[in-house]
Amino acid sequence: MYARRVTAFRAQGLAKRYGSVVALGGVDLEVAEGELVGLLGPNGAGKSTLVKIACGLVRPSAGTAEVAGAPAGSAAARAALGYLAELFRFPGWYTADELLALHQRLAGSDGGEPERAELLELVGLAEAKARKVEAMSKGMQQRLGIAQALVGRPRLLFLDEPTSALDPLGRRTVRELLEELRRRGVSVLLNSHLLSEVELVCDRVVILSRGVVVSAGRTEELARPRGVEVDTDSGTRLFEAARREDAPGIVRDLVAAGDQVYGVRVLETTLEEIYLEAVEGETS
Amino acid sequence: MVVAGYAVSESIRRRVFPVVLVLTASFLALYGFGVYKAYQSVDSSAVESIGEGAFVDQRVLFSATLFGLSIFAVLFLGTVLAIFLTHAVVRGDAERGLLQPLVVRPVGRAALLAGRCGAAVLVCAVYVVAVYALALLITHWITGWWPDRIVAPALELAAAVAVIVVISLFGSIVLSAIANGIAIFMVFGAGLVAGLLGQIGEALDSDSLNTIADVASWVLPFEALYQDALNRITADTVGFTKVALSLGPFGGAQPAGLWLAPYVVAYVAALAAVGLWAFNRKDL
Repeated sequence: MYARRVTAFRAQGLAKRYGSVVALGGVDLEVAEGELVGLLGPNGAGKSTLVKIACGLVRPSAGTAEVAGAPAGSAAARAALGYLAELFRFPGWYTADELLALHQRLAGSDGGEPERAELLELVGLAEAKARKVEAMSKGMQQRLGIAQALVGRPRLLFLDEPTSALDPLGRRTVRELLEELRRRGVSVLLNSHLLSEVELVCDRVVILSRGVVVSAGRTEELARPRGVEVDTDSGTRLFEAARREDAPGIVRDLVAAGDQVYGVRVLETTLEEIYLEAVEGETS
Repeated sequence: MVVAGYAVSESIRRRVFPVVLVLTASFLALYGFGVYKAYQSVDSSAVESIGEGAFVDQRVLFSATLFGLSIFAVLFLGTVLAIFLTHAVVRGDAERGLLQPLVVRPVGRAALLAGRCGAAVLVCAVYVVAVYALALLITHWITGWWPDRIVAPALELAAAVAVIVVISLFGSIVLSAIANGIAIFMVFGAGLVAGLLGQIGEALDSDSLNTIADVASWVLPFEALYQDALNRITADTVGFTKVALSLGPFGGAQPAGLWLAPYVVAYVAALAAVGLWAFNRKDL
């Protein structure tokens, strides 16, 4: 029997204009159930606008957006998502636990204290349960923001620059959290400038530039071969036209010619190179 | 209810609340001291003759005038509190990133606005009634005088502040926090000036000034409520005492008539409906 698969998020022809400024110029994008998609692009590319439309914070000028099969902005869509804004703030007088309790009530979650404890543990804030928001560092507030977004077990998570204020340890915590979410089947649309981070955790990347998708796919699909690099006793040699399947032959030829081979690397374009090529050097 | 609870908690835990309490205590202490010192110069049993068969009850004249002053102060303090609690509710909170985490929850924008409005009205109304009651008790304790109406003026002051809350909430949708705060103070000032013009118009028998005051009272009904509250405290006072009162700054108030209550309800409902429509269309 055929069961129609509901995508976690779908945007079709999504456009947004602010007067004469085109923030989004007709974007098509899908995030499958359990998929972790990285949204990349220079400042002003339309990433945050796209996420805000998905969350119902911004009305599109044209096109449609659906969250878990429901129109973006509807109560059903909002009930299915979790969101951490790029620029967010929580009332300073709340403790971490009180803030999560508030969002449990707003989200209609019946998870109670166990859910709050689990979420604080998940973002590494179990010890800060009773600490007021105003006494937290920006990094701690960002991790609390992620915990807040996870209240009510959302099916889809929109994270807009969730690691911008985090130190390397905090970033690793978030990376592990994202991997845990993937294991749980939660879909994530991760908007980030940290390409290395996106490359490490995302199943797929979508690159936006000037409001349109300029590149999309799995990183290994987007990557292009850049040759094979071999470390020999006479130095490092680059075979630019070679591909992965050429590596054994290259090594065989070098050994036959009397060279000592110490290492072989198959080179591909990095996500950074893919990104820079896609946005054509645009910075903002 | 969740949003209202959040907003009440926010109202009380914001730093402005202790400031308002300190200001209120200072006002009541100064008011009590002022009434006490001034009343020492009044012969409380005197009924002063101002001509053949014409008398003015000095105690009533003194007490009603000073209590009228306290009513103005109560309205002013209630307005300050209302503005501080509501001037940044939509655009101000959105610019600071406080609003977005709440709006994306399933409760929805209408419930959010209603909850914030309900909480602000509750806090301000309780505050206004409490300060009114304390000022009344202080006046009675020193002078032994009771106003002709006690409950209705308190309710009208509470309603006046509720109107200001709704106007301020409406303003917060379209104006930034500081601009809205300034605008509402100016609106409040404009209402009071219009009321004074009306009193002058009565004294001078000027149709133009009376028309200006009438129009202002309909456009800004908190002024009509304030005037009606003032009028009610000496509603049963007659003769030259009433005439003498009407010559003072707080005695020339006019009764608003039966249409005021339904008009205020319709005014608030219309403003709330337009505000909600604008809020629903607003990009955050």
